[in-house]
Amino acid sequence: MAFIPHTEADVAAMLAAIGADSIEQLFEEIPRELRIRSLDGIPEALNEMQVGRLMSARAQRDGLRLNFIGAGAYEHHIPSAVWAITTRGEFYSAYTPYQAEASQGTLQLIYEFQTMIAGLTGMQVANASMYDGASACAEAALMAVRANRKSHAARILVPGTLHPHYRRVMQATAANQGLKFEELPVAEGLTPLSALQSFEGQDVTALLIPQPNFFGQLEAVDALTDWAHAHNALAIAVVNPTALAILKPPGEWGADGADIAVGEGQPLGVPLSSGGPYFGFMTTRLDFVRQMPGRIVGRTLDAAGRAGFTLTLQAREQHIRRAKATSNICTNQGLLMTAATIYLSLLGPQGLARTAASAHARTRELVATLTRLPGVRAAFPGPYFHEAVLQFDRPVAPLLRALAARGIAGGLDLSPYYPQLGHALLVCATETKTAEDIAQYGAALAEAMAAARAA
Amino acid sequence: MPQQEKVIFEYSTPGRGAEDQWPQDPGEAALADLPAQLRRAHPPQLPEVGELEAVRHFTRLSQLNFSIDTHFYPLGSCTMKYNPKACNQYAMLPQFLARHPLAPESSGQGFLECMHELQEMLKEVTGMRGVALSPMAGAHGEFAGVAMIRAYHRSRGDAARNEIIVPEAAHGTNPATATMCGCLVREIPVDAQGDVDLAALKAAVGPKTAGIMLTNPSTLGVFERHIAEVARIVHEAGGLLYYDGANLNAILGKVRPGDMGFDVIHMNLHKTFSTPHGGGGPGAGAVGVGERLLPFLPVPVVGRDGGGYRWLDESDLPQTIGRLSCFMGNAGVLLRAYIYMRLLGREGMRRVGEFATLNANYLLRRLTEAGFDAAYPQRRASHEFILTLKRQARDLNVTAMDFAKRLLDYGFHAPTTYFPLLVPECLLIEPTETESRETLDAFVTAMSQILKEASEEPGRVTSAPHTMPVRRLDDVRAARQLDLTWKPTAPS
Repeated sequence: MAFIPHTEADVAAMLAAIGADSIEQLFEEIPRELRIRSLDGIPEALNEMQVGRLMSARAQRDGLRLNFIGAGAYEHHIPSAVWAITTRGEFYSAYTPYQAEASQGTLQLIYEFQTMIAGLTGMQVANASMYDGASACAEAALMAVRANRKSHAARILVPGTLHPHYRRVMQATAANQGLKFEELPVAEGLTPLSALQSFEGQDVTALLIPQPNFFGQLEAVDALTDWAHAHNALAIAVVNPTALAILKPPGEWGADGADIAVGEGQPLGVPLSSGGPYFGFMTTRLDFVRQMPGRIVGRTLDAAGRAGFTLTLQAREQHIRRAKATSNICTNQGLLMTAATIYLSLLGPQGLARTAASAHARTRELVATLTRLPGVRAAFPGPYFHEAVLQFDRPVAPLLRALAARGIAGGLDLSPYYPQLGHALLVCATETKTAEDIAQYGAALAEAMAAARAA
Repeated sequence: MPQQEKVIFEYSTPGRGAEDQWPQDPGEAALADLPAQLRRAHPPQLPEVGELEAVRHFTRLSQLNFSIDTHFYPLGSCTMKYNPKACNQYAMLPQFLARHPLAPESSGQGFLECMHELQEMLKEVTGMRGVALSPMAGAHGEFAGVAMIRAYHRSRGDAARNEIIVPEAAHGTNPATATMCGCLVREIPVDAQGDVDLAALKAAVGPKTAGIMLTNPSTLGVFERHIAEVARIVHEAGGLLYYDGANLNAILGKVRPGDMGFDVIHMNLHKTFSTPHGGGGPGAGAVGVGERLLPFLPVPVVGRDGGGYRWLDESDLPQTIGRLSCFMGNAGVLLRAYIYMRLLGREGMRRVGEFATLNANYLLRRLTEAGFDAAYPQRRASHEFILTLKRQARDLNVTAMDFAKRLLDYGFHAPTTYFPLLVPECLLIEPTETESRETLDAFVTAMSQILKEASEEPGRVTSAPHTMPVRRLDDVRAARQLDLTWKPTAPS
């Protein structure tokens, strides 16, 4: 039991070697009054067969047939090879590659990942992952405060078009260090340049620029980046990695490119899985690499002059710098980064571009189908990418419940997040949805709306 | 072990790809609505390889790793125990994987029930009053814990409390976390027996004390015997006690942090509850709190409402420190921990602490008999222990790092080296409960053999490893001549 291989004879021989009468005696240094007798609140053990039945029964209660929610987590096709290899024990049950000679597989894979994610974002260097897109965003804000030597205000401009949960995570993560987040207004689903006018001549540390933004809308990234640089602020890009196969990479935004790029890596081969584990990615300019949080792998030479891989620039990290480290991050999301590296290798530049284009095409079909219904219209006039906001003539929540009853996750009700948008719904279709799936959604929504109108 | 493997970009052939994995090309018309100035001009640098090429490449890379499944991995403080295959298989049931985090709660009741039970079981094993599951690693849990301590003091109008006390041997994440939370760090020494220096603690506490962060058993591999006194001193000074759960495996089922007086704890589910380490994550750093910190838990947490389960958020917990992940943390990792706990049950959990301690004490005894020095010879080992190779370094000019590297040649992952820093030439060794006596004996044989080599043929040890894909790597060169991404022209 408990995966402990000891026989009674082993225990007796081991205790004899130690010179103890019982296992209990090994705990003699723990004050007796603190000891517990039993864990009554823990159920009796199940064997694997019983656990299998339990979990299968729980799983069968869950899930909807068709998902049209995006909002920071996207359903994409995942090649079978991705998780078949990722769950190999040699990746799955290893740890942080502290002993480089016995961890060349993980180290080289991180180096390959760094190359791919730097290429995708058009930046020079990448780290080995953050917890998720939201935490990567918070760490980017903290990093900008360290990296922007011209600014002393620790003041970050945050568009209202950034994912609302990212904004909350940034506040919870960085406010204790005195960072001030100021929210920019939203107009037609975008961040207008006029929103920045009131900050002219003031000390601004960084401007976040989401692309596509939370609504799927495409921001004027060149102008926003140039505004940041003209005002001695850093530009922090928050990007969807799938979209980058098609959209201009942060490294090419404006005249000089963004300074830091972060995002949610989940679309790259990671299942939706109720929210995690996912991984965040972060890339930057070479000049800022020493301000980066997290693990970084470098290629070097071994004692025999052969190429090999090792953790590098560790003087940034908590196990060396302690209270002066760039972050407290230690364990990151290595296994998900592994999955993403395999995913990107199987997709390649062409496959990723097709995935992005196909997802976008499906979302356009979905928008076209749904906006044909009376009482439904596109909320914003501008171009979007693979996600869009629809406006309804009635509350969205009851419609979503009716759709769920038909096995359809119909999108995210925006009214709790953006009450000013009225009855708004954020929808997404990816390459996983067929024309028939979209037609089913359209028919189910038409019925739900008719029923709501009749009620 | 296999030797080196090319970088994947070196296999790349323009025009090749795993096309069976790609969706149909929707044609350029599909993108006609996107303004040209927002489009990408050149394709990203990604490899162009066939599926089999990719599978072979990554399989070969995996074979260059040591792992728990292939090697004894006694990395101290990391609890590298067996990760049961059932935990992976049943956490990856298709319904769990397919569920969108923002899908209605009604479509996730099976999952939420597992999460609620996990919260309840973690409360029981730690003796805490409330648990939140969203922190995504140990350090993330530490952040949540210290942020709660700060929020508690602020809520009482006691905002001046901004000092966190840590023992000098603490994990690096402890002081780094204090900084992340805007606190100042005060380090205090431990005494010759490895316990906190109580006089130093008394001198350190005061009206600025926010709290103390402790690992117990400590990073020195021994139980902090004065824990009740430490708790009294800190509480009387108005501070709170933070328990770093890195070493929870040692005491599982024997003693609970809540009973020791701790106000807040993080648990490394990837250590104690055997979720995989994944080559550096994902972990899960669930936090538990006592009565005083309940209102401040990070959101979301799972609540039970009538017959069903739902997420509690900012509207249910208005004093929360907030949201730490975009959704609910590392759900799949939490499912694995849940399955592990159900497999172990009440009795299994008690056995974890017992056999982890038995294995550590046995290994310590055998190694000291083989001629190695315990850092704290008067003390019982907990689930791990420290050897100091100061004598070998002085007499034989062979360091702890040399032993670590030579162990790789013998087929053992090295213990943690040079942590804690206050013990010279140290190896921190944690065998875990899932290793057999035979494996421990084989490790002792290897260590004895290396000791023999160190006196007879020291060059063999100081130039190790000899059988790995690479020899010792030039870390100075790695940091000075940065090569962080592959480039077509880079020399190899």
